[in-house]
Amino acid sequence: MIKVDINHPNISAKFEIKNGEFLTIIGDSGSGKTTLLRVLAGLESAKGTIEVDNLFWLNNKHSLPPQKRSIGFVMQDYALFENMRVIDNLLYVNSDINLADRLLKIVELTNFKDRYPKNLSGGQKQRVALIRSIMLKPKLLLLDEPLSALHSTLRETLQNSILKLHKEFDLTTVMVTHNPQEIYKMADRVIKIERGKITDIKTLNKKHSLPKALLLDKVSNNKTYQLIVDIKGSQYTINTSKDKFNQYKIGELLELKI
Amino acid sequence: MIKDILNLDYTPFLISFKLASVTTLSLFIIALPLAWWLSRTNSKIKPFIEAFSALPLVLPPSVLGFYLLTLFSKNSIFGGFLEKFDINLLFSFSGLVVASIIYSFPFMLQPLQSGFESLNNSMIEQSFIAKKNTFTTIFKVALPNIKPSLLTALIVTFAHTIGEFGVVLMVGGSIPSETKVASVAIYEMVEIMDYKSAHIYSAIMLILSFFVLFSVYIFNKKSKV
Repeated sequence: MIKVDINHPNISAKFEIKNGEFLTIIGDSGSGKTTLLRVLAGLESAKGTIEVDNLFWLNNKHSLPPQKRSIGFVMQDYALFENMRVIDNLLYVNSDINLADRLLKIVELTNFKDRYPKNLSGGQKQRVALIRSIMLKPKLLLLDEPLSALHSTLRETLQNSILKLHKEFDLTTVMVTHNPQEIYKMADRVIKIERGKITDIKTLNKKHSLPKALLLDKVSNNKTYQLIVDIKGSQYTINTSKDKFNQYKIGELLELKI
Repeated sequence: MIKDILNLDYTPFLISFKLASVTTLSLFIIALPLAWWLSRTNSKIKPFIEAFSALPLVLPPSVLGFYLLTLFSKNSIFGGFLEKFDINLLFSFSGLVVASIIYSFPFMLQPLQSGFESLNNSMIEQSFIAKKNTFTTIFKVALPNIKPSLLTALIVTFAHTIGEFGVVLMVGGSIPSETKVASVAIYEMVEIMDYKSAHIYSAIMLILSFFVLFSVYIFNKKSKV
């Protein structure tokens, strides 16, 4: 169990995360989502407490540095070690070469393991960052929009990979995302943050709580096909295929597939 | 002519290179943690330290030499303290090293500091998250990612130490095989109107300096591509 009760100029938050839980955080940009992840990782100082299985990562006496917390963190800018090949990025974190090979296979990057980050696409970098964050089998995995640079097919594959890894390594995961598909597919609970405060915490019952989405608009540049939808008052952009894009009509209520 | 070149005493060059090597190595060890700290701190004393460490860039070498002479003198508190351990820095090679470290300090500090400041901070944070300490992070992540700055710092410090004259003359004097470096040797050759030797020494200095700088620029151009 992770109990969080923190105060930072950008964010005040009090919530709990159960071991093995998959929590997503939503909110507008600038609302404090990234700051919250950084405070959990120990990269930003804050007041309050973070208690992890009876061990205090943060309290009024001390704040454990990131090295002494057990964290995996996928940042928005990937932050790969530019001087190391993909495989060395993984082995720098943990020298378990079998684990590195296995993770590379899961994200389909085995053939790229000898490349340097500057020779990877955005999506490939994002996948390397994702598996690097799991190399230490962290207690808490923090994902800051980890799939934003991926196209829809790969996104779905990676969502499955993350869920698989989350279960297999018994990870406790906190993910920031804007994508409703991701939320309903992956999360056990959703926390909504507005202007540095938690305004809503919802537990998702995956079997029953699939909401319908009202199609507001369709945007395409002949390469990507996006649907702008309204789900319970919030707007989201969803990538879709050309066929579905042509099939749906504006004003229609769509079932979200998982 | 070739005979003249072969017969010349090159000990002052050896002393110059020895001095530059020891100075560069010592300065790397001293300036590295300071450059790292300066690049990551918001401390109020940061501008003070930056200004103080940059002083050798603007002070006339004779001013620096004069203060060091005073400091190293047996009559000063510092010199008197060293005297107790039988250490005399005046007119000795060790004194030259200390003076060169101070004189070349900004040439090592500034490229390293600006290199560290240009690094993507999340990369450093990822190293900490990977449970690596600051030492490992600096040597495995930070320095390999600022190779051009690192090379500039090392080479320019080395070259600048080879090229120093005023401070060396004041603090070290010109004791053959001890403190007489190449630049001082040239000065003395000109004083006794031995222009031939001065020409050979100066030409060697010129060519060496050019190729050192040339190699830095070539390397930095390559690493930008």
